[in-house]
Amino acid sequence: MNQEDLANIASQTRESDSHYDHVVKVCVAAGCLSANSDQVKTQLESEIKQRGLETCCKVKGVGCMGLCAAGPLVSADANDRMFQNVSPADAAAIINCVVENKPAPPAIVMDSKIDFFARQEKIVLENCGEIDPERIEDYIASDGYEALFHVITKLKPLGVIEQVTKSGLRGRGGAGFPTGLKWTTVFKAAGQRKYVICNADEGDPGAFMDRSVLESDPHRVLEGMAIAGYAVGADKGFIYCRAEYPLAVKRLRTAIRQAENHGLLGMNIGDTHFDFKIEVRLGAGAFVCGEETALIASIEGGRGTPRPRPPFPAQEGLWGAPTLINNVETFANIPPIIRRGGEWFASIGTEKSKGTKVFALAGRVKNTGLIEVPMGMTLREIIFKLGGGIPEGRRFKAVQSGGPSGGCVPEQYLDIPVDYDSLASVGSIMGSGGMIVMDESSCMVDVARFFMEFCMSESCGKCVPCRVGTTQMHGILQRITEGKSEEHDLELLQRLTGMVRSASLCGLGQTAPNPTLTTLRYFMDEYRAHIEEGRCPAGVCHPVKAEAEVIA
Amino acid sequence: MLQTPKTISPPSDDKRWKIVDGMMRRHGHEPYALIEVLHTVQETFGFLTDDGLKYVATSLRVPYSKVYGVATFYHFFTMKPPGKHTCVVCTGTACYIQGAPLLLNAVREAAGIKEGETTPDGNLSLLTARCLGSCGLAPAVVYDGQVGAKVTTESIKRRVRTYLESESEATVQEAAK
Repeated sequence: MNQEDLANIASQTRESDSHYDHVVKVCVAAGCLSANSDQVKTQLESEIKQRGLETCCKVKGVGCMGLCAAGPLVSADANDRMFQNVSPADAAAIINCVVENKPAPPAIVMDSKIDFFARQEKIVLENCGEIDPERIEDYIASDGYEALFHVITKLKPLGVIEQVTKSGLRGRGGAGFPTGLKWTTVFKAAGQRKYVICNADEGDPGAFMDRSVLESDPHRVLEGMAIAGYAVGADKGFIYCRAEYPLAVKRLRTAIRQAENHGLLGMNIGDTHFDFKIEVRLGAGAFVCGEETALIASIEGGRGTPRPRPPFPAQEGLWGAPTLINNVETFANIPPIIRRGGEWFASIGTEKSKGTKVFALAGRVKNTGLIEVPMGMTLREIIFKLGGGIPEGRRFKAVQSGGPSGGCVPEQYLDIPVDYDSLASVGSIMGSGGMIVMDESSCMVDVARFFMEFCMSESCGKCVPCRVGTTQMHGILQRITEGKSEEHDLELLQRLTGMVRSASLCGLGQTAPNPTLTTLRYFMDEYRAHIEEGRCPAGVCHPVKAEAEVIA
Repeated sequence: MLQTPKTISPPSDDKRWKIVDGMMRRHGHEPYALIEVLHTVQETFGFLTDDGLKYVATSLRVPYSKVYGVATFYHFFTMKPPGKHTCVVCTGTACYIQGAPLLLNAVREAAGIKEGETTPDGNLSLLTARCLGSCGLAPAVVYDGQVGAKVTTESIKRRVRTYLESESEATVQEAAK
């Protein structure tokens, strides 16, 4: 395959698509699939066949459209008609609406102009909800693999890295390490063999960004990895994906096979001397494997325990070879950066956080789903404009970002811009993009206990501060929620948070105290109500202090 | 260096071991394939057995202690046979604040089992998942591999009861035969 073949596939696909007057797109990502969108798709297809409309109307399965709470979602033509909560029985009404312009039942019509869609800026998700994730031709027709060809035929590795550095892209896995710098380090590292690893072990509870990208646009990640491989001098890549995401794994494997068949992965890609192979490796349900050295240990077939850094994986990683590890979303940003230039990417976002960020908005918010917004948008705009605010007329209490490593941000900080540094300044982290909204029905002590329980059970047990510290902190939080605590427990908890944070070996332990610290800082009144009054303001816990004293 | 035995035979005549053998062959019996192979064993047999672990250990030339360590380190691997039906309640953050603990209580009431347990007749296993990534559908429950969205305590109880009842009817019929 050379550049001309690629252009041919693209133009042929566009040409054959242009024969249809209408394209009806049905979301077949995991969220909508679990609401039976596959049956909706089948029904739409048979409806079209029955009416003999095969030549002018086409049904296409596409990736995530974002508004998962209203699924199954169907959109038609240039997304100016959208339908929500569709059932197979609605197929006739949808075809009537799309082809004959008849009004559809109001219950399934969705306004495509709402803030949820209008305020997004899509780079990573540009193909999600547009292309069929199981057809490489669809991806190629959307300028897919163009960036890879440009890179291997026209750029030197350092030229690629220069663009990535110029873009100001920072790692989307959570820590925000400058991607260009990481690539440079691996490029400069001495070694015969180098590896590229894509971290798709999305373990944060409440985060599903990477899953959606892998299910909706898997080729984008493969292309990003191949470009990275060329830039750092690697010929082998691994995608470490959660076993809990069977659909993502299946689509990735399909995509890899298609890319190999088209000569876009494998030996002599694009008739050049560049070889690059990608293999999928399954995770097995260990949160700690999101940490890069633990992930490497897991790919090597062992228990996923981290080791001290340095040496960083960029110098000594998989099987001791220099290894580049980036997150799914980071790789997904690479093809557009190459196509449109690093400067274009750097023009989006804030001074220190460039580009966009994908968030999984969930919890007590009307529009739960997947969004991509430019860095620097305020939390308030995300939750109340895109998210549509809190349902059932309740009051907002806190937003939790960054999963078990992040913090709970209260209402007074809702106007901070969302970027790496601002979130850190209020005790939270950007994290990989999970954003859970909580209203007055959530007890913040219970939330802190929930996250600590998570960290306690996910601690790999290698270092004492994390293994013992999280257990002790969980015990204290548990006592508080049960109303069995003493005043000095709070002081002890504060001391433990500092110790675990500074003495733990890896990020899991170092960040485990964050949810506790932020709730202590912003919701001390709730802790006090549990301890002193034996009362849970949200009515979640049942502190029994008062009764216990009576019995005593 | 341990000497590799010339022929290592599977723990039983079960044909399904051929699938496991195929996976090990695909990775050239390299020790690093351990996790991939354990996935295959679990996918094929439903859970990991002691015999299976020993067979994998010998075939891949990995110490049994390490194989056991890996199998018990990762939450995804289980050494207990699952029930005929499984009910996996997601306890990720979104599901948690939308009421997943209430769902677990509901199953506890309806079937008398806690998370990680199977009913004495082997009909139903109650499991929890860290996060299914279906946060838009919270609280989510996976019934026999099918994701149920926005589950209520009522709907989960109904489902659990049908599992328990339909099975007991089947047992009755079998007994009648």
